[in-house]
Amino acid sequence: MSQATANAKVRVMSGNEACAEAAIAAGCRFFAGYPITPSSEIAESLARLLPAIGGKFIQMEDEIAAMGAVIGASLAGAKAMTATSGPGFSLKQENIGFAVMAEVPCVVVDVQRGGPSTGLPTMPSQGDVMQARWGTHGDHPIIALCPRGVRETYDLTVRAFNLAERYRTPVILLMDEIVGHVNEKVSLPDRIQVVERGAPAEPPAEYLPYRVTPSDVPPMASFGTGYRYHVTGLAHDETGFPTNDPHKIEQLIERMHRKIERHLDDIVAVDEDFQSGARLGVFAYGSTARAAARAVREARERGTAVSFVSPTTIWPFPAEAVRRLAESVDRILVAELNRGQLTHEVEWAAAGRAEVTGLWRVNGEPIRPADILDRIEQEAS
Amino acid sequence: MDYERYLRQDKMPLIWCPGCGHGIILKAMLRAIDKLGLSQDEVVMVSGIGCSSRATGYVDFNTLHTTHGRPLAFATGIKLSRPELTVMVVTGDGDATAIGGNHFIHAARRNIDVTVLLYNNWIYGMTGGQASPTTPIGARATTAPFGAVENTFDISALAAAAGASYVARGSVTEPVKLDRYIRQGLQKKGFALIEAFTPCPTSFGRQNKQGTGADMMAWLKEHTVDARRAAKMSPEELQDKLVTGVLVDVDKPEFCEGYSRVIEAARDRVRLPELPETEPLPVDPAERGAMR
Amino acid sequence: MSFHYEIRLSGEGGQGLVLAGKILAEAAAIYDGINATQSQSYGPEARGGASRSEVILSDGDIDFPKAQNLDLLLALTQESCDKYARDLKPGGLLLVDEDAVQNVPEGQFRVWRIPMIRLAREKLGRQIVANMIALGVITQAAGIVSEEAVRNAILARVPKGTEQINIEAFELGVSLAKEMAAQSQA
Repeated sequence: MSQATANAKVRVMSGNEACAEAAIAAGCRFFAGYPITPSSEIAESLARLLPAIGGKFIQMEDEIAAMGAVIGASLAGAKAMTATSGPGFSLKQENIGFAVMAEVPCVVVDVQRGGPSTGLPTMPSQGDVMQARWGTHGDHPIIALCPRGVRETYDLTVRAFNLAERYRTPVILLMDEIVGHVNEKVSLPDRIQVVERGAPAEPPAEYLPYRVTPSDVPPMASFGTGYRYHVTGLAHDETGFPTNDPHKIEQLIERMHRKIERHLDDIVAVDEDFQSGARLGVFAYGSTARAAARAVREARERGTAVSFVSPTTIWPFPAEAVRRLAESVDRILVAELNRGQLTHEVEWAAAGRAEVTGLWRVNGEPIRPADILDRIEQEAS
Repeated sequence: MDYERYLRQDKMPLIWCPGCGHGIILKAMLRAIDKLGLSQDEVVMVSGIGCSSRATGYVDFNTLHTTHGRPLAFATGIKLSRPELTVMVVTGDGDATAIGGNHFIHAARRNIDVTVLLYNNWIYGMTGGQASPTTPIGARATTAPFGAVENTFDISALAAAAGASYVARGSVTEPVKLDRYIRQGLQKKGFALIEAFTPCPTSFGRQNKQGTGADMMAWLKEHTVDARRAAKMSPEELQDKLVTGVLVDVDKPEFCEGYSRVIEAARDRVRLPELPETEPLPVDPAERGAMR
Repeated sequence: MSFHYEIRLSGEGGQGLVLAGKILAEAAAIYDGINATQSQSYGPEARGGASRSEVILSDGDIDFPKAQNLDLLLALTQESCDKYARDLKPGGLLLVDEDAVQNVPEGQFRVWRIPMIRLAREKLGRQIVANMIALGVITQAAGIVSEEAVRNAILARVPKGTEQINIEAFELGVSLAKEMAAQSQA
């Protein structure tokens, strides 16, 4: 070991700091937000970093406005992000729906804290999982990523921007208080992959901002680049103008869903660690997956066979991975810091192939490895 | 001038009712833009929800029809991100001062260089005649069937108090003045509000027995007084009058310019972390590489 | 030999426990190549109120970043001592401020009583550096992170102009720990 000289590649940083730095690395040049615990360090970091790289930071008058400003900046060509926690995430839902409908790429970070309402500002929770899925009204697709640690927060922030640009959609980065605030030893990557905003190949006169394309994602033109078009949250046709024609409405809504559903192999990421002979599977995500990973390791050391599935994409739901797990085990234990929001989803995906049971907690305390280990041994016996 | 150049003619006819004053304001806006020689590619027009906010669908600029009350939030993102663009907001009394009141006062406070054209018809027209923050005391609305009892906002005074650089109030009965106000607002570096009174015969006039659009215009014409003349009138004489004219025209620090100084300071003082090299991935999912 | 060492620093907000934890984690990770995590929990108060900062040091992956079985507990208030002493593992070390913690609970752990707050005030003239004295004691007692690494991490973190007093406080802590260890061996 060196004589205590600094390793320049190694940092001790929090998930919130990693999120802010990754956003810069991914090309984010606009942030609008509103202070809220436990996400404020993301805004505070970007208030310094963004102007230093020629980007823009603004603290808006409220959460609703922050989401609106992010959409405006994205339409003007900037990769844009906002960050909040549960109460602010609720307020942003109206304009998240607009971003879905108008197909405006952006990243929305929710560092989850205990709820409902003002709840537990400084304590962890995974209570916004269903709000991420269905928080805004109407039938809509959504992408939500869920990091388990600091380095993964960095990687998934970059991935969130890439997916947002590629699929012209808001992407939710669903962190939690533990991941946001824990300081961990990380070495950041030397090289990352970045999707840049495309531009239409056709001349402005032929541009249809919402046309059906082979991939179902229409190319996006930024405001002020010569492509004058109309953007609305109303149901619209391929030209972007409002329509009440049932055929055109259906074409829009179906394409919006198809563009995500057709590309699950690109969007859904899940770690599958199957152990042969395992009759029990564990399903966990976010910081709870850290406790689950340790519990699974310790159970295996004690001779109990356990399979472990841990997604980093939670929406669209990794149903295929759950189906594979359900086919290989008798029971699935879902550990989550809520009252079963994804447990029910796992049950639906398992479709009776395995019995699904939950380890839930909503009191502000994290689920600890020992809690999961106890349940593994109970379930396995 | 050639209005057709600025209109999306395939979107006609307008949804606005016969006798509505909105078209007069729309034309004044197009004359102002034409006179300033602004490039259509560099104008972004943002609106909220309501009759007035449908204006963005009819004009050939970069147009954005947002959520109810939020156009100034979206416009703030566009302007701060790309200060070189001319950003206009088209909104109404309900959109801007009820559901969007917070955004309205804060945009004025920041003094961001956005020009707001606010169509004030004292009612929610599109949704069927509900009361707005400017529905006069005693006037009927579908949600004030026995007459409104709430005090009203003086929208221009609100913008002035919140810090706007330019505030003017006009009426569809004085369209040439409206041109000038809009022009001055667009030229002003800072937050500019042009409030324009416009009759709504369908939703306001009918409930308040004010006759046709023409009757309402005649009433407006009679009750409109220019600010300079109003200065010489007594409070009694002004009681039922609507004062128009340029109410604020000052030069003060603008937000995006202020932010450019933040950028200079940050470039001097902030040590950026070492960023990774980037490798491009195709945007089109059809040609995508693995993204993991 | 593989190790997994859990430390909790507890007391009140404003005592610099989060900073001390972060310095220890940075010393371990950046200068000594040891895996480290640091986390904290706190109430709504910006000053005062209960404060707790945890550091986990390991030569393997740290899959769960919160402490569960403490190897070392620092308690700078009676309340924090009462609340957390039970989380110490058998044979763990309870380090208390001798003046602030009058009643030390019974348990299967060693106890070091050191008047860190008083020493900071009397020997260094600044009560606020009690956290650095504690950091010195902990560094020496845990024996995982090198003194030099912690010194480097202190210099990288503390405000300009306060380097000397912080280093002096740290070194005082290291020597106090050496005395305690010698006494307990004797």
